[in-house]
Amino acid sequence: MAVWLMPAIIAAVIGIGLYKKVNIYETLTDGAKEGLSTWVAIVPHLVVMMAAVAVFRASGAAGEMAAWLAPFLAPFGIPADVVPLAFIRPISGSATLSMLDQLMQEHGADSFIAKLAAIMQGSTDTTLYVLAVYFGAAGIKKTGDALKIGLLADAAAFFFSMVAAVWLL
Amino acid sequence: MVSAAFAVLMLTGFLFAALNGTMAEVNQALFESMEQSIELAISLAGILLFWTGVMKTAESAGLVKSVANAVQPLLGRLFPDIPDKHPVFGYIASNMAANFFGLGNAATPIGLKAMRELKKLNGNQDEASRSMITFLALNTAAITLIPTSVLAISMKHGASNPTDIVVPALFATVMSSVFAIMIDRFYAGRRSR
Repeated sequence: MAVWLMPAIIAAVIGIGLYKKVNIYETLTDGAKEGLSTWVAIVPHLVVMMAAVAVFRASGAAGEMAAWLAPFLAPFGIPADVVPLAFIRPISGSATLSMLDQLMQEHGADSFIAKLAAIMQGSTDTTLYVLAVYFGAAGIKKTGDALKIGLLADAAAFFFSMVAAVWLL
Repeated sequence: MVSAAFAVLMLTGFLFAALNGTMAEVNQALFESMEQSIELAISLAGILLFWTGVMKTAESAGLVKSVANAVQPLLGRLFPDIPDKHPVFGYIASNMAANFFGLGNAATPIGLKAMRELKKLNGNQDEASRSMITFLALNTAAITLIPTSVLAISMKHGASNPTDIVVPALFATVMSSVFAIMIDRFYAGRRSR
């Protein structure tokens, strides 16, 4: 179904545009130009933020901190194997995707740990990336409470992932 | 706040590397990341340009406005600061719809457009408005029906029923979004006092 969605949206926009006598080629290219300036605005944010995330991960700090946290989370029934994933999720989506891959390799795709990790990955987004890109594109310098709220929402998502994995699987 | 996050990541990284003897890895990762971030930027560029073009066309054809009118009763409550039936509701709704159906590629350009419109509404200040923070909170909470990449990995590892995580993941993401809106409200209330 998903393969039909994008073509359907584009076709609808073209069709209605033509019907409303819009110069669609001009609006498409004008919009693309606007997209280009948005792109220019986000590139510096990508480069700078991804460097910090890379340093943090490569140093081993991320893994180490997750290992410290694991004993505190064990009483809540959170398996130690998924703690690093929860810890890295807000800063790097591609890193946690490869962690998910490894967990499935080790425990099997049908194991509880693999399913829980998949739910955690699927129910959250990379908060730091979204923040850097969205606010970067709009040129927002004072981000207010946005990061705090995003991280708290991630924590909530992991909590509810646990609940869902136990009750709904 | 973002400066703080950046500094914490970098400095704890360096400190750990110094203590654990992983400075060589850190050096390598630092240079690799610079390459990767540009690769990521390049891979985003085409989609960003194309979808911003499609959205501009949709706007000229009056589609964004009709979506905005349709979602006004629902989203108006979430974004009390946006004027009634403002076109930005159309962008916000399209972004959420694209995210919901797992069309992350289309969602980002539309979301960025929404953010720029919200900035205009806020008198082009460089400070995040209440609506921007709410919109960002909704995006990071990521309500998704089809987590495409997760399903792909499950299938690769031969899960007997890869889609059985869809309902639990939807539950978790809806609950966390509700939670995000609640804390967003809490902080917004605290700021306005």
